[in-house]
This record gives sequence, structure tokens and C-alpha cells, in this order.
Amino acid sequence: MDFLTLIQVLDSTVRLSTPLLLACLAGLFSERAGIFDIGLEGKMLAAAFFSAAIAAVTGNVWLGLLAGVTASLVLSALHGLASITFRGNQLISGLAVTMLAQGFTVLVAQSWFKQGGRTPSLLAEGRFGPITFPFADSVAGVPFIGPIYSELLSGHSILVYVAFAAVPATWWILFRTRFGLRLRAVGENPAAVDTAGVSVVGLRFAAVMICGLLCGLAGAYLATSLQAGFVKDMTAGRGYIALAALIFAKWRPWHAMGACLLFGLLQAVALRFQNIELGGLTIPVQAMDALPYILTVVILAGFVGKAIPPKAGGEPYVKER
Amino acid sequence: MTLMKSLMGAAAAMALTAGAALAEPALIFDLGGKFDKSFNEAAFNGAQRWAEETGETFREIELQSEAQREQALRRFAEVGANPIVMAGFAFADALGQVAADYPDTKFVIIDMVVDAPNVRSVVFNEHEGSYLVGMMAAQASKSGTVGFIGGMDIPLIRKFACGYAQGVMAANPDAKVIANMTGTTPAAWNDPVKGSELTKAQISQGADVVYAAAGGTGVGVLQTAADENILSIGVDSNQNHLHPGKVLTSMMKRVDNAVFAAFTDGVDMETGFNVMGLANGGVGYAMDDNNASLVNADMQSAVDAASAKIASGELAVHDYMSDDSCPALNF
Repeated sequence: MDFLTLIQVLDSTVRLSTPLLLACLAGLFSERAGIFDIGLEGKMLAAAFFSAAIAAVTGNVWLGLLAGVTASLVLSALHGLASITFRGNQLISGLAVTMLAQGFTVLVAQSWFKQGGRTPSLLAEGRFGPITFPFADSVAGVPFIGPIYSELLSGHSILVYVAFAAVPATWWILFRTRFGLRLRAVGENPAAVDTAGVSVVGLRFAAVMICGLLCGLAGAYLATSLQAGFVKDMTAGRGYIALAALIFAKWRPWHAMGACLLFGLLQAVALRFQNIELGGLTIPVQAMDALPYILTVVILAGFVGKAIPPKAGGEPYVKER
Repeated sequence: MTLMKSLMGAAAAMALTAGAALAEPALIFDLGGKFDKSFNEAAFNGAQRWAEETGETFREIELQSEAQREQALRRFAEVGANPIVMAGFAFADALGQVAADYPDTKFVIIDMVVDAPNVRSVVFNEHEGSYLVGMMAAQASKSGTVGFIGGMDIPLIRKFACGYAQGVMAANPDAKVIANMTGTTPAAWNDPVKGSELTKAQISQGADVVYAAAGGTGVGVLQTAADENILSIGVDSNQNHLHPGKVLTSMMKRVDNAVFAAFTDGVDMETGFNVMGLANGGVGYAMDDNNASLVNADMQSAVDAASAKIASGELAVHDYMSDDSCPALNF
């Protein structure tokens, strides 16, 4: 494998990791506050649809982004209402959110655009274009550094940079602010937070809404940046891979980035090389596709350190009387 | 009393219309969805054409999950729909179980063979159509490298790839064909993001014409090809209009003709094995205003000559599904 191929594979890794990373951080906020969210997939799907639909109608990608994030926030609020206010089962609520999104995106798309559950293809102004770093073209010829700068770092859409900037931001919010401390506490021991006079419900809702915001970005990235429009079920299970990455990262932001990059790399390698020959042994492409899930099971089984979820995760909080 | 009478009358009228609806033909779409701009949409267009020409109606259903196949078949058979046409190879198992239970109902399965006295199995010679677009790809390519992106890795899609590769080799023996499959689960039909990444990977390996036989995933392939300024080839329906001037041609699989024929033959259709190839207009390539500037006279005459030879039997294109191997391409 030559250097240019390596750069291309890594470039593809960045593109494929970005939606995973945004969804993974979304899940991180929610689950750290004690609300399990298997509805990441559904929120991404809804955001993908509404961002593409509004961008197609108005021709403005920023309005599309706004619509996508709003749709995702509405679903988040629904999940919060069911699992925080009414103390319902969080897994069932998350699943319901996904099923709802899978159904109504296609239904609404069909009734609006009559193109069989998809949106029209977006024109250039309806999409997030690549951002070219200064001097990217002029340094492209410089050996080693040049391709890294111009191919790998430059030329992605703005949401990619937002996603990677969200990692230190998440770390800072969770581990260096009062809000973050309380948010983590509410996922471990909500009774203690309540005793201290801080609203458990308020904190959990805040976490769930941050989750919605990030899922909205992930969905908008899929539909208006990677693709030029919405296609039925276009998230193709990425919400679930993000959940696997979250467990793999043991609910920590920097590790989440590592896990998402690893899973993205596995996908990129599988797509680029298909069947890989390793010293006479052929690794089929299916094995590469399954690897994220296998790795997650290995982690969950406790072979590589223990993955301990937030203690109060999945438990609706009931005030003591 | 009069009220009672009119109510009874209405009920009788309803019963009558229900009776009239009994002989309606039915069409079952596969998981890709009715308007996939591809396979299912072609089936729908055929049915629609029949409805417009005859002024009659038909029943239809879009499947949402694998589990609904047998259920949908039985439901249509129970309400007396006849014939029942299903678009997709994946119905084979369900139909195999259902067909014997409804001996008076005629079933038509497209893309697969089910051996039962009341089943018509329509298969297409996709390898022949793919051969033609492969020839065009090789002639349009400047780099001498062309790509193929399949959806789910199944023998049928390999048949497309194999025919395509043979056509490429026929037009340019030195050409290189890069063939990739999107995945091994049905999700591979609806993953445009992966389609895009595969296209980018093929472009970086030198491909400048990419043929997508991948359902909804193909939308991503065609989009990326247009973005990166290379040519693409559509599949099943005429997809030239999706990116005018960027789609070289489309391999047309006339699923619409098959559905139209089945609906027209109606209850008295001949069952059995039905092959639709170049000879009887079952497959072909699409030419229209959108790609007229991309295809020159030389290309078209070469392709038409090959088409005539295949139709007359003078030129045989190897079918991957006949022996699970391909002389022109390694998977």
C-alpha cells in the first residue's frame, strides 16, 4: 500500500467516522445523565430527512440544518417526555422513536415530493460544500506533509470540523464545568443530586436535548454533505454502530473519538480493499463489516477491562417521599 | 322502509363491486420500495401502463419487512387477486410454499425460478444488457479502468458484473475492471453513503466510468460520479435524467414489459419458464437527450452490432449463474 492510498483510506475514514462520532457523543451526553437512548438512529434519520427536504425547498443549506436539528430535538423531547416525565421504559421509548422516524420520513417524503420516499437531489447551494484550507493547493506538492494537509485535513465540510471540535468541548463540559459534574452525578446517583437541591428532571432533559442537537447534526451531515438528498433508511444502522462505539469507549469522550475513528477505518478498509489477503489467508469483507460488533461484544464480555455503564442508567428517577 | 331499502341497495352495490374486484391482478413490490427509481419503479410503470390502457385497476403492496412476504402473498390469494405478480428474487421461498395452496391462482415471479404448475418465472438476460453497457463503458473510458458497484452480494448481481466485464474486455482487451459489492445484507440496497465511498475508492484507483447495479445505493454512486466529474451507468430503469450529461447510459431491464405482459395475459396466462433477453426486448441500453452528447456514432454502431449478434445467437455472453464462475472477472 503506497502513501497516497493510505491518505485516501484515512480521508474516507474521516468522512465515515463523522456521523458515528456525532451520534456517539449524542449518546454519551444522554447516557451519562442516566437516559439510555437507542433512538439515535431514528433521530439521525428524521434530521437527515428534514434537512434535505427544507434544503431542497428553500435552496438554503443552513435552513435545512436548522430544520433537521429541530426535528431531532422534537424526537428527543418526545423521548424525554416518555422516559423522564412519565418514567417509561427508556429502551422501548428509544425503539419507538426509531420506528416512528423510519415510518414518517418516508410517508412525509412521499406526500411532499412524490418521488417514492426520497427528496429531490440537492443542488450545490443546498449542500455543505468542502472547506479548503488556506494554501491547500500550493502545498499539495510538498512530499509527505502536503498530501496530509491538502487531502486529509482540508476539503471536508464544516460539519466534520464541528464534529471533531465537539470532542474536546464535550470533555470540557462534562469534566470541567459544574453543569457537567451535576450531569454525571445524575447518571450515577440522582438521589444525591436531588438532595443537593438540583433538579434531576431538568438536568436529564438538558442532556437529552444536547443529544438531540448532536443527532441532528449527524443526520444533516449524511443528507446534505455526504449525499445530496434523503433516501429511505439512509442511516443504514449507523446509530447502532455509534452505540457500540459508545460502549467500546466506555462512555468517555476522547475514547469515543478513538472508537469512532477505528470503526470508520474498518469500514473504509473494507470498502477499499474488499477481500484482504494476509499471507495466504483471505479475510472476507463480511468479517470486516462485522468487526465493530464483535469488538463491542468482546469489550462487554470484560476481556479488555470492564465496561461499566452509568449506575443509574435506564432507571427512571422517583423522588423519595 | 325506504331508508332500509336504500341501505340494502347500498350494501348490495358494495357486494357487487367487491365481486367485480375479485379478478383484479396484484403486484407486490420488494423491500426497495415502489419508487426506487429502479427495479420496483419499473414494475410499477408496467402495471400503470396496463391500467391506463385497459382502464382497469390493480392491487399493490409495498413490503416493509422480510416476514411479510408470505403474508402478503396469502392475503392477495385469499381475496381472489389473479394473477399475482411479485417483483424480486427474494419471494422464491415464500412462493414455493404458497403456490400449491392456491392452484387456481396464477403467480408470476420476476428474477427467479419457482417450479410449480401455476407459476410463471420471468428471468432476464441481464448479462446481455450489461455486456452492451460494458462495451460502451470501455469505449468512453479514457483511463482504461472502469468500475462496477453491486448492491447485495448475490449471484444475480454477479451476473450483472460478469456480463459487464465481458463487454468491457470485448471493446478493449487491455481494460481493467474494478468490481465491488456494497454488502451482504439487504441493507446494502439502501446505503448511498457506502455507495459514494466505494465510488471514491474506485476513482482513486483510476476508474472513470462506474456502473451501479445497487438499487437505492446507486443514487449515491451516480451522485458521487457526477460530483467528481466522471461518468456513471444506471440500471433497471432509464436513469439518464438523474444527472444529465453525467450518466453515460442505463442498462434497461424491461421489468415493466414483463409486468405488462403478465397483466395483459391475465388469468389465462401460460405458466412456466420465461426468458427475456436482447432477442425479445427484455433488456437493452437507454438513449435519450440526456446522454446523446456522450455516445458517439462509433460507439453506438459497435454496440448495436454486438446487440444484433447476441440476439441472433452468434455471440454468446457467459452467464455467471450457469456455473457460478466468470471468465472475465475475479470476485
